[in-house]
Amino acid sequence: MKKLINKVEDVVNDSLAGMGAAHANLLRVDLESQIVVRKNAPVQSKVGILSGGGSGHEPMHGGYVGIGMLDAACPGAIFTSPVPDQMLAATRAVNGQAGVLHIIKNYTGDVLNFEMAAELAELDGIKIESVVTNDDVAVQDSLYTAGRRGVGVTVLLEKIVGGLAETGAPLEQVAALARKVNSHGRSMGMALTACTVPAAGEPTFDLSEDEMEIGIGIHGEPGRRRLKLASAAQITEMLATPIIEDLELKAGEQVLAFVNGMGGTPLIELYIIYDSLNRILTGKNIRIVRNLIGNYITSLEMAGCSITLLRLDDEITRYWDAPVYTPALRWGM
Amino acid sequence: MTNQDIIRWLDRIADELRANTHYLTQLDSPIGDADHGTNMNRGFSAVHAKFPTMTAMDIATQLKTVGTTLVSTVGGASGPLYGTAFLRAGGAVASKQELTASDIVAMLEAFLGGIIARGKAQVGEKTMVDALTPALHAAKQELDQGASIADITAKAAAAAEEGMKATIPMLATKGRASYLAERSIGHQDPGATSSWIMLRCLAEVCSDR
Ligand SMILES: Nc1ncnc2c1ncn2[C@@H]1O[C@H](COP(=O)(O)OP(=O)(O)OP(=O)(O)O)[C@@H](O)[C@H]1O
Ligand SMILES: [Mg+2]
Repeated sequence: MKKLINKVEDVVNDSLAGMGAAHANLLRVDLESQIVVRKNAPVQSKVGILSGGGSGHEPMHGGYVGIGMLDAACPGAIFTSPVPDQMLAATRAVNGQAGVLHIIKNYTGDVLNFEMAAELAELDGIKIESVVTNDDVAVQDSLYTAGRRGVGVTVLLEKIVGGLAETGAPLEQVAALARKVNSHGRSMGMALTACTVPAAGEPTFDLSEDEMEIGIGIHGEPGRRRLKLASAAQITEMLATPIIEDLELKAGEQVLAFVNGMGGTPLIELYIIYDSLNRILTGKNIRIVRNLIGNYITSLEMAGCSITLLRLDDEITRYWDAPVYTPALRWGM
Repeated sequence: MTNQDIIRWLDRIADELRANTHYLTQLDSPIGDADHGTNMNRGFSAVHAKFPTMTAMDIATQLKTVGTTLVSTVGGASGPLYGTAFLRAGGAVASKQELTASDIVAMLEAFLGGIIARGKAQVGEKTMVDALTPALHAAKQELDQGASIADITAKAAAAAEEGMKATIPMLATKGRASYLAERSIGHQDPGATSSWIMLRCLAEVCSDR
C-alpha cells in the first residue's frame, strides 16, 4: 500500500484537521465530536441540512459544508457509516429552531445509525425529517436487495435542497424538494481499478489490465458484472442507457448531466465520457441544460466514473443555480 | 455465570476480534466494503477500555454498557445491530446476580431478537441471523434436556459455526452483499462469522468455570 498518510488510524482525523485549517472562513471542524459544521451555525430560523457517511468519498460530505448547501457533515471511518453520537452532536449544532433535515444514502449502516440518531434528537425536542437517496440503477429495487444505493444524486440533492433552505423555507417544503430530487435522478458507475482501504492494506478486489467492473457503488466493492474493457463511448452507452430507461426520459426533456470521477480518473477522461453522453442524449433529443464534471463523490483512489442524470423542472433548476460557497462547489457568490 | 464471568467473556471477545480483524475484513472484501473486522475491533477495544468501571457493575448494566459503547463506536451496520443486541440482552437479565442456564438462553434469545428488530432480516438472508438462530435453537434444546451451562453454550457455539458455514452458498438479500446478487454466492458472511466468534468465546468461558 502506497499512500500519503502518517498513521493508518489517523487518516480521517489528519485529513479533517487539514480541512478545518484550509477552510476556516466557511466551516469549523470539531475533532472531539467528529463533525464538520458551517461556521456560523446554527443559522436561526433556517432548516439545518445535515448529511454524513463513511469517509473516502471526498469531497463528499465535508467539502459541501458552507453557504447554500450543508450545515454539517458527519464523517465516519473510511467506508463505514458514522455513529449516532456524531449525528446527534451535528443535529444539535445546526438546529436553528426550524428543524433539521437528515440526508441519508441508502446503505444499511447509514440508515440504521441515522434512525437511532433521529430517535435521540426527537427526545431532545428537535424536529427531524429524513430523506434517503437511492438512485443507483445497477441495483434492483426489490425484496431481494437492501434497495438501491444512494450515489451521485446525493451531491446534487445536497446542493439543491441547501439552496432552498437558505431562503428560510420550512422543513416540510425542504424535505419535499429533497424527495422530488431523489425521484428525478438516477446513476450508474463503473471501475477500472479497485481501491485500497488504508486499514485493510490491500485492494478490495483484483481486476486485470483488460477488465472492468460495471455497476459499482462508492465503497470499493465489486460491481454487478465484470466485463472486458471497452471504449469510453461503449462504456458511456452501458451506463447511460439503463438510466435513461429507468427515468423514462422523453424527447424534449431537460436534464442536468453529472459525470463523476471515482477519485483516480483524470478530467481529460471524464470529458471524453461527457462528449459521448452529450452525443447519446442529443441523439434522443434530450437537452443537457446544466452539467457537473469532476471528482465529487469518490471511492478513494479508484479509477472509473459514474453518470447521473437529473430530470430538471423550474424549481430544481432555480435552486441548482442559487448561490453556493463551500470548499468543493462555489458559484454565484 | 457471574458478572466476573461476563468480563471474562467480553475480554475473550476483544482478544479474538483483535486477532481476527484482518480475517473478518477479508471476508468483507468480496461481498462488502472491507471494514467489518476494523469496525468490530474498534468497538470491542472501546469496550475493553471500560473494564475498570465495569467490573463492579451488575450483569445487566455491564451488557447495556457494551451495547451503548458499540452503538457509539462501531458505526456501519454492525454497530446498531450488535449494539441493540447487547442492550436487549441486558434487559433480559435485569437485576440477576448470577445467570442460570435458563437466564443464559433468555439472554441469547434477547440478543438475537435485538438484531432482528433492528435489521429486519430473516433466516437465509446471509447475515448474523443465520449463525445466531440455529445457536438459539440448539441452546433451547439443551436447556429442555437439563444440560449444564457448559454444554448449552458449547452446543450453541457449534450450531453457530454450522450456521456460519451455511451462509457460504447463500444468496444475500440484506446488507451490502445483496448488491452483488448471484455474485454473493460462495462467500462466508462476515457478520455471521463475528457472531460465531462471540458464541465460541462464551462457550470457552463457560467450560473454564
Ligand atoms: N439487515 C441486517 N440484519 C442483520 N444483519 C445484517 C443486516 N445487514 C447487514 N448485516 C450484517 O452486517 C454485516 C456487515 O457489517 P459491517 O460492519 O461490515 O457493516 P457495513 O454493512 O459494511 O456498514 P457500512 O456500510 O456503514 O460500512 C454483514 O456481514 C451481515 O452479517
Ligand atoms: Mg462492511
